[in-house]
Amino acid sequence: MSTTPTPTPPVGAPAAGEDFVPIRARAAPRPGTWISAVIVALLALALVNFLITNPVFEWDTVATYLLDVKVVQGVGWTLLLTVMSMLLGTIVALTAAVMRRSDNPVLRGVSWVYIFVFRGIPVYTQLVFWGLFTVIVPKIVIGVPFGPELWSFSTRDLVTAFWAAVIGLGLNEGAYLAEIIRSGLNSVDRGQSEAAKALGMGNGKILRRIIVPQAMRVIVPPLGNETIGMLKTTSLVLAVPFTLDLTFATNGIANKLFTPIPLLIVAALWYLAITSVLMVGQHYLEKYFGRGFDDRTPGPRRGGGHGRQAAVNSSATTPKNPLPEVEL
Amino acid sequence: MSTDESPVVIRVEDVHKVFGDLHVLTGCDLTVRSGEVAVLVGPSGSGKSTLLRCINQLEEPTAGRVLIEDVVQGYAPDPLPDGRWQKLSAAQIAAQRSRIGMVFQRFHLFPHLTALGNVMEAPVQVRGLPKAAAETKARALLERVGLADRADHYPSELSGGQQQRVAIARALAMDPELMLFDEPTSALDPELVSEVLAVLKDLAADGMTMVVVTHEMGFAREVADQVVFMDEGRILEQGAPEQVIDNPRSERLQGFLASVL
Repeated sequence: MSTTPTPTPPVGAPAAGEDFVPIRARAAPRPGTWISAVIVALLALALVNFLITNPVFEWDTVATYLLDVKVVQGVGWTLLLTVMSMLLGTIVALTAAVMRRSDNPVLRGVSWVYIFVFRGIPVYTQLVFWGLFTVIVPKIVIGVPFGPELWSFSTRDLVTAFWAAVIGLGLNEGAYLAEIIRSGLNSVDRGQSEAAKALGMGNGKILRRIIVPQAMRVIVPPLGNETIGMLKTTSLVLAVPFTLDLTFATNGIANKLFTPIPLLIVAALWYLAITSVLMVGQHYLEKYFGRGFDDRTPGPRRGGGHGRQAAVNSSATTPKNPLPEVEL
Repeated sequence: MSTDESPVVIRVEDVHKVFGDLHVLTGCDLTVRSGEVAVLVGPSGSGKSTLLRCINQLEEPTAGRVLIEDVVQGYAPDPLPDGRWQKLSAAQIAAQRSRIGMVFQRFHLFPHLTALGNVMEAPVQVRGLPKAAAETKARALLERVGLADRADHYPSELSGGQQQRVAIARALAMDPELMLFDEPTSALDPELVSEVLAVLKDLAADGMTMVVVTHEMGFAREVADQVVFMDEGRILEQGAPEQVIDNPRSERLQGFLASVL
């Protein structure tokens, strides 16, 4: 055997210092992947054929109105409604969630009643109510109950259709988000607030600096879900009535032209486009609040993608030989 | 090292703790002087951790009282005319706690902050230290526990021993009068225990007043000024390590030592 020359390493042999040859493997057969690919490709072709050849879609009308001024303005108002009502909803929800966790029974009760009422009434009904707010409450008076009036103002100037829509959507959303945020706050390990307490931090600081940042990791995915839901719920604001949003704009054009289908497509394409943008935003939020929790998404402070084990190894605090007891 | 003339830092007087039907502590007395290291040992469920947590008010004693540097913890110094004791507000209790460092068995580092962020958090948020000053101090403390080069790592990127050393630096950042350690090495892989114990020994040599709950009898023998043996919620034996560990009087302690040594 000693006369046999050492075999030359194959092409792509391991570099010096690595004394192993990777397994040259052939993938196991997966016929299912190929069969499903063929079926899906055929179905996709059929769909494309249907979309192109069916005259009811009137693609030229879609193209004409996709960037129509009224439609683009509608997109803007829809976005504004979504952002403002989610903002209001989140603030209200955080307040309600913190109140629910409070030691103070009055605050707990108020929060419970808010969630009960605003989650229990259809959002459409709530929007109609807010639209009629100036009729129900024409004047807000600051003063002593049954006593003298100190200051008053008319609600008509303050609660416009836009603000009625934002308040209606926001307060309804807040009731749902409150439960999401509450479960997020509860998901943070009790040891975290104990450690913060032991350092002398007060309850407010513990909540703001320790609990909420960690809860956000759990809250953001459903919050993104709710935002996308809100985007579509804004199409209900005609109940107020608020008449500038995307759905109202495309409906208006469709009614004028007697061609509902192409304008439904215009609206659908815009909603999908906004959803895609929101999904990108959600991705970055998840990455930001997931920092420190997942080795695969290193935080902004660190450039590299080292894993925990790499950090442990490089620290050289563990013995080189993992099995010292069998060392001879 | 402390002497009998050193001022008393911790005085636990006849502390009882009841959880529902469970009498966890049944009248514990403990005195720890400045610069002294007290090591609490005993079987699990004997009340060691509860006693430790009573010292920094993570648990409220059902009876008895805890004094830190002669100040009653959790209550106003003097009783009300009707004999009741006025409880302190949350903010006052937080201020009392901020002078006592605590290290937990499971580290409880803040996972969303880097090692540096963890150490800086309390000085900035509680003491109102400017960020730059807090960072300088935090880096010095991380250096002291041998982790200067890990400052920008998140806890999930550190080994258990490293996390525990960051937790010690985090507690030290508040310049505590005393430090409490609740089984600081029990959650660690065996080969990581020594690096944490080395930091504890270094602290003890520096004159830090410490109460350590641990099962590391070697550490107790080497570092402790007094060893306290607890069983079923009461302190059975206490004294110098050579007295308690090497000449146990009670059968309970003899049995316990036989099982851990």
